[in-house]
Amino acid sequence: MLTRRIIPCLDVKAGRVVKGVSFVNHRDAGDPVVLAAAYNEAGADELVFYDITASSDERAIMVEVVERTAREVFIPLTVGGGIRTTADMYRMLRAGADKVSINTAAVINPTLIEEGAVRFGSQCIVLSIDARRSDPATAAETGATWLVYTHTGGQPRHTGLDAVAWARRGVELGAGEIVINSMDADGQRTGYDLELLRAISAAVHVPVIASGGAGSPEDMYRGLADGNADAVLAASIFHFGEYTIGAVKDYLRERGVPVRQPAPPDVLRGAAQSPL
Amino acid sequence: MLAVINYGAGNLPNAVRALEHVGADLTVTDDPAVVAAADAVVLPGVGATRDTMQSLTALGMHRVLPEVVARGVPFLGICVGMQVLCSSSAEFGVHACLDIVPGVVRRLPDGQKVPQIGWNQINLSPDYAAHPLFADIPDGSDFYFVHSYFCDVAQPELVAARTAYGLDFPSIVIRDNLYAVQFHPEKSGTLGLRLLHNFVVLCQAAQLRRT
Repeated sequence: MLTRRIIPCLDVKAGRVVKGVSFVNHRDAGDPVVLAAAYNEAGADELVFYDITASSDERAIMVEVVERTAREVFIPLTVGGGIRTTADMYRMLRAGADKVSINTAAVINPTLIEEGAVRFGSQCIVLSIDARRSDPATAAETGATWLVYTHTGGQPRHTGLDAVAWARRGVELGAGEIVINSMDADGQRTGYDLELLRAISAAVHVPVIASGGAGSPEDMYRGLADGNADAVLAASIFHFGEYTIGAVKDYLRERGVPVRQPAPPDVLRGAAQSPL
Repeated sequence: MLAVINYGAGNLPNAVRALEHVGADLTVTDDPAVVAAADAVVLPGVGATRDTMQSLTALGMHRVLPEVVARGVPFLGICVGMQVLCSSSAEFGVHACLDIVPGVVRRLPDGQKVPQIGWNQINLSPDYAAHPLFADIPDGSDFYFVHSYFCDVAQPELVAARTAYGLDFPSIVIRDNLYAVQFHPEKSGTLGLRLLHNFVVLCQAAQLRRT
């Protein structure tokens, strides 16, 4: 049975993880490669690096971070943030990313989804959507329960796009997965917007990844079981060591949600450096 | 020397990194002559069988690969690198594939999300549970899949493992020194690395037998 995925997300700026990550007892817990390896060992099913770098100089550092990670960590890696062209996608995929995540750039230029999917395959293209529930006046005006927002890192602006319709359109254009981030729930730690998740999951046939709002294993369970998400993305709940990935998976498994079994210990013992 | 075929597949660099991580001495090549002379061959893959067949044919690999496999050179096909071994594919119109493994590439059934993306279990056939490719890999282990199509293999005795996704599709095929996996061992964590290591060990054993 296909398992549901737990995906830690790391914000990276100029090659360093921002927002402290305190669960790793390591002298350099700001190094994304060190953290990626730690999360891999802890049982993460995938990893996301989100580049919040402002300048293109600092973006070049991200390429190097991805390269180093891909040499050490052998689970799927998605890179998002600042990807505006298929050339940007190519740089990250070439460096070792398995997928790229696009958000504002896709809203501005939807053909970017299609160009990326045609050139690299739909499985590489993740459409990330920031959505906020409309107030009654906006809902009446736009007909949308949730609207898509862009530039959420700075001055968020709504696009007039209905989030559910945009998800559907993104998949038509070739997106292979949808990350849906509720701006209302984000940072609240009171759970995902389950109604939004259900609406998106019902609208598209590709995997839907819940983001924004998880504060406990129960929130993740709700996102998967009640929100019909295929995967959950989380940052702070893991970074501060409040919960381990293993503990969340145990919680999910006990409640009947299929999750990946940990690999037996020492599975690679004796499996190193024997040249062919 | 293990030859990893470069025909533009997106997962080539990650497949190379993973094989290097488990100690393979490899060369990346688009030259059929290098493949023909190799001690072992890996065909990675992501994407569609039609594009992949066109790329392989343009390089002349469609002639050398069946010959290499027939000679018993250890061979590993990954994802689309597995699918193109079949006789034909129904992806984007029926077209011929390498016809090394009898069978047809078909779309995963409706009723669940397609593509399948994520970790799913390999259920080993009892006939293959003790095969050295699975050394230290328990039956039912999770591997990372990304695919919309699967190999509908015409000879069930070649199916070493199946995976459930709408149907029990063949996720690993083994015939003599030919190995093919639908999942991505290069992205399947330590168990994926272990499987690649086991393949490298099998390659070494085959090489010793030849010399």
